[in-house]
Amino acid sequence: MFDIACYEEAQSVEHAIELMLAKPKARLIAGGTDLLLHIREGKLPDAELISLHDLTELKGIELEQDGTIVIKPVTTFSEVSSHPLIKQHLPFLGEAVDTVGGPQTRHAGTIGGNICNGATSADSASTLFALNAQLQIAGPSGIRVSSILDFYKGPGKVNLAAGEILTAIRISSENYRGFGGHYIKFAMRNAMDIATLGCSVICKVRDGNIIDDFRLALGVAAPTPMRCFKSESAVNGQPFSEELLLKTGQLAITEVNPRTSWRASKEYRLKLVEELSKRAFREAYQKAGGL
Amino acid sequence: MQTKKITFTVNGREVTLEVDIRESLLETLRNRLQLIGTKKGCGVGECGACTVLIDGETIDTCIYLAVWADGKEIRTIEGEAVDGKLSKAQQAMLDEGAVQCGFCTPGFVMSITSMVESGKQYTREEIKKEISGNMCRCTGYQNIVNAAERALK
Amino acid sequence: MSKIGTNSLRVDANSKVRGKTQYVDDIFIRNMLHAKILRSSIAHGRVKHIDTSKALKLPGVELILTYEDVPKHTFPTAGHPYALDASHRDVSDRNILTGHIRYWGDEIAAVAAVDEHTAEKALALIEVEYEEYIPILQAEAALQKDAVEIHEGTGNIIGCHEYNSGEMEQALASADFIFEQEYNTSIVQHCAMENHSAFAYIVSNDRIIIYSSTQIPHICRRIVGQALGLPWGRIRVVKPYIGGGFGSKQDVVVEPLAAILSLKLQGRPVKVELSREETFIATRTRHAIKSLLKSGVTSEGLFTARSGSIISTNGAYASHGHSIAGKCGDTFCVQYTQRAIHFDAVTVYTNLPTAGAMRAYGGPQMLFAMECHMDDLAKKLGLDGIEFRLRNLPEPGFTNELAGITDYSNGLRECAAKGKQLIGWDEKKARYFGQTGSMRRGLGTAFFHYPAGTYPHGQELASARIIVNQDGSVQLQVGATEIGQGSDTVFAQMAAETIGIPLNNVHIISEQDTDVTPFDTGSYASRQSYVSGMAVKKAALEVKAKLLERCCIMTNLPIHSLDTADGWVVFKHNQEKLLPIADVALDSYYNLKTAAPITADISHNTRITTISYGCTFVEVEVDILTGKVAIIELYNIHDSGKIINHILAQGQVHGGVSMGLGYALYEQLLFDTKSGKPLNNNLLDYKLMTATDTPEIEALFVETFDPTAPYGNKPLGEPPAIGPAPAIRNAILDATGVHINELPLTPQRLFEKFVQSGLIRMEARENV
Repeated sequence: MFDIACYEEAQSVEHAIELMLAKPKARLIAGGTDLLLHIREGKLPDAELISLHDLTELKGIELEQDGTIVIKPVTTFSEVSSHPLIKQHLPFLGEAVDTVGGPQTRHAGTIGGNICNGATSADSASTLFALNAQLQIAGPSGIRVSSILDFYKGPGKVNLAAGEILTAIRISSENYRGFGGHYIKFAMRNAMDIATLGCSVICKVRDGNIIDDFRLALGVAAPTPMRCFKSESAVNGQPFSEELLLKTGQLAITEVNPRTSWRASKEYRLKLVEELSKRAFREAYQKAGGL
Repeated sequence: MQTKKITFTVNGREVTLEVDIRESLLETLRNRLQLIGTKKGCGVGECGACTVLIDGETIDTCIYLAVWADGKEIRTIEGEAVDGKLSKAQQAMLDEGAVQCGFCTPGFVMSITSMVESGKQYTREEIKKEISGNMCRCTGYQNIVNAAERALK
Repeated sequence: MSKIGTNSLRVDANSKVRGKTQYVDDIFIRNMLHAKILRSSIAHGRVKHIDTSKALKLPGVELILTYEDVPKHTFPTAGHPYALDASHRDVSDRNILTGHIRYWGDEIAAVAAVDEHTAEKALALIEVEYEEYIPILQAEAALQKDAVEIHEGTGNIIGCHEYNSGEMEQALASADFIFEQEYNTSIVQHCAMENHSAFAYIVSNDRIIIYSSTQIPHICRRIVGQALGLPWGRIRVVKPYIGGGFGSKQDVVVEPLAAILSLKLQGRPVKVELSREETFIATRTRHAIKSLLKSGVTSEGLFTARSGSIISTNGAYASHGHSIAGKCGDTFCVQYTQRAIHFDAVTVYTNLPTAGAMRAYGGPQMLFAMECHMDDLAKKLGLDGIEFRLRNLPEPGFTNELAGITDYSNGLRECAAKGKQLIGWDEKKARYFGQTGSMRRGLGTAFFHYPAGTYPHGQELASARIIVNQDGSVQLQVGATEIGQGSDTVFAQMAAETIGIPLNNVHIISEQDTDVTPFDTGSYASRQSYVSGMAVKKAALEVKAKLLERCCIMTNLPIHSLDTADGWVVFKHNQEKLLPIADVALDSYYNLKTAAPITADISHNTRITTISYGCTFVEVEVDILTGKVAIIELYNIHDSGKIINHILAQGQVHGGVSMGLGYALYEQLLFDTKSGKPLNNNLLDYKLMTATDTPEIEALFVETFDPTAPYGNKPLGEPPAIGPAPAIRNAILDATGVHINELPLTPQRLFEKFVQSGLIRMEARENV
């Protein structure tokens, strides 16, 4: 039995907003794979929940006319990774969310929940950072759009005001067409684990080996997911080489700020940043058609 | 105490229940419907002992609210053997010596069943990934992976 | 056809795959209350004041017991046979609840309420004021002269012992090399998939009925009696199927609390079911052991002297206490020979969760140190690790006076030869020699041995009861417990073999009920097929003799001409079928004049032990830049005597090796170094391996026939867990040249060691 004081089911986005305004303490719940654990741990005594679990309005993946891919937040990880649009256009995002937990977690957990709980370790987040994903947020005063790069405020904190709800993750075609990408989840186990470091690289290749629009995003390298812009600009326009890989790894560690915890030391995470940036870069380069 | 009336099918039979909104589906299955084959091993969705199929997908019922079962089709271990005949997954677990203490067994049977029914082909590594949400401390998974291979043949 | 050495299916597999098997929590008793335990939020101190008044007002709360309400006398918890000699008894240092806090999570009070949720809500309403002491989290700190005593009058020492044999100084003087090294193991937990759970109730006659997930029902009965200060006969313990134990349930943990709550509630059923988080810290763990080994060797690679000093960190309460260190001492002296040997051990209280029995009982700790040390020595000597080990093995048939055990069958050399060949030792060693680059391969091995049962240190009593049914099938009842290892199946095979009936004509009663089940101390020490198997064999022989006697009366044939086979009485000389055993059985029930159903009810006190052997061979690939280790190949080769059931035996090896792999690479229970608060007592943060982390495990057997065993069989349940950790450590050493002398071999630890050794170069970084 969970310590839940009251439970409401949102029938629509508007209804969810109404409920949130009426119950300022209430939390949105979608897949529950994270929030229910917090409740079980006693972190949310007498929890008030607004469920989006079966809100079809917020499920599914669509391709808009201009090529924008729209992922609704209550789409489960397994729905994302198995969706034809994702397989065709964003296979590396599908692969990234396919590293979350285990099959049961992926059948229940949602991509929106993954972002909105504000964890730096979220397996979808670094790839969405690399993709410059735009977040569509509905609230009492209408709809606004925010870049995911501006969404995270700190560990467990995201930029959602009272009564606001994430309604879509939008990835425009210029941010995915022609890109190859690769995500490495480095964890202690190959399944059922949280990332010690998450590393996502996407890039384009022209003229056989010239790197274009290189993007490096990391999870657990800082209090929130992050991009390594310095490394990116140093790589762009350069021909792919082993030296470039080395340089990328060495630059990346100057941009990050991992911390020491009982799970891993700062020094070790830095080594992982250096090493995994190189490995993910190499893979992404090949997937982008690099020779 | 807040409750909600829900209707769902369990192993092909329709059930209507007034559930406490605080209940996990695991508690509903075990305590209300006496479907005790679904086990509780961790309560946090890590061990997979509480795995059932909801609309064909494996779900950890310890972190699934009972109210969400409304309108769903649920299958538990109790429904898998028909007229005393074991399912493919069950028979394979038996034949491969994949059972020891048996506590994790129902969860593994459900995960393997979902693979069998997907109609897909799986490599040994893919099988391992598909059962990675089920933990076992007795078998080292060796014979369970063998059982999945056998069931998928 | 023999029923021994087959691939018989488990007798319980069908019900298990159908989810029909009942474990403690699957048994519902009407009106049952649920108890939750108030655990301390400090690791060391005393409760100054406790106020339960607000909690008592919560609707649904039926009873709150605090440490002030439970008996003041202490009791032991270890699953050992009772010792008539008071000086050999287990340490008695527990109260059912306590105001003297000895670890983070110690048990102060318990709430019994109508449901778990209410009980948990009530816990939050209990107010506790502590007097806090500095937690003692290291054995060294506990042993300091001015250390606060965790248990008064102990000096924080639970036990210590030493032995010496031969002239140490002379032996060291005659060595060409002397080498000394410290090795450390970590705290891990059993992680049986079923958490600890028990419920108690009283129906009539003031007798307390307890259903428990226990490996040791008869011992549990005695300990609950001791804990409550009640005559042992007033306690009845029932053990249904259990979801794994591995030693954590070879201890009495939740049963006394369930019993006293029910007693105080006029017999109302009360259940104490631990959460996974509680099971991690409040049941038992494996002792972390520090071993300092010192050896003298000749340039030919022979030991002159071996010396071992170990410190075993026991945690808050004694449980099995110094017995594990005692077992380490036996392990230390049995595996290799030398001219002089010294061993000393001390077991220490700390403010950490209590360590107790865990699969292979000190073997994984001691042999981690010993087998790492063997490779360190071999490397110094420039000898091959396998060759160095072989040169120092005792001759088959040896008697070890220090441990009091004799070798009756010994296939260790064959195991080593098989492993060496399977993994391609010589060829790969040559191939990997002088590797460079960031991915490197290496080979490692570890040898191990494991005796059966606890004799001569402990008593080894087992009992079996067989009743022949009207149809010629039998009921087999044993006090030995099925905990997943397959003992029910093996006992059924033994009975079928000896009585001469088909396996499916043996109906084994899996449940133990101390009111009706014959006495046996339970499942531990890899004892059951060896010790309890002897009781089954004796009972089966008695039943067979009685069947033949009755057949003689029925047929007037001489008894020496008859035998049984596959459900028939047959002529001994040509196996020709004479009479179905079912006919003999029917006669025993319904013959007007002579009816007397055939039964046997015997016990066997085993006063001997034997030794099983084996070795692990492993090939690893080390990703130096991330510190990750991949297992490429792994072979565990066992001499466990005659294998009774191959499919079950392989299962034991797979599971034991998997536990050993976790011990090697993944698992460690961690605590905040200041407060002693557990950091990872859940299955997300404690890295139990998943299927994706587990390599293919090859289990092989070199079958010897042990003359002291009922069917030539030797122990197998525990030994598979021993070899992986030292073998992997040695393979990492082989691959990288880096000595890592502590467990687990996590990427973080490898990274640190690789940096220290210069294998990873860390550049100075400006803004890091």
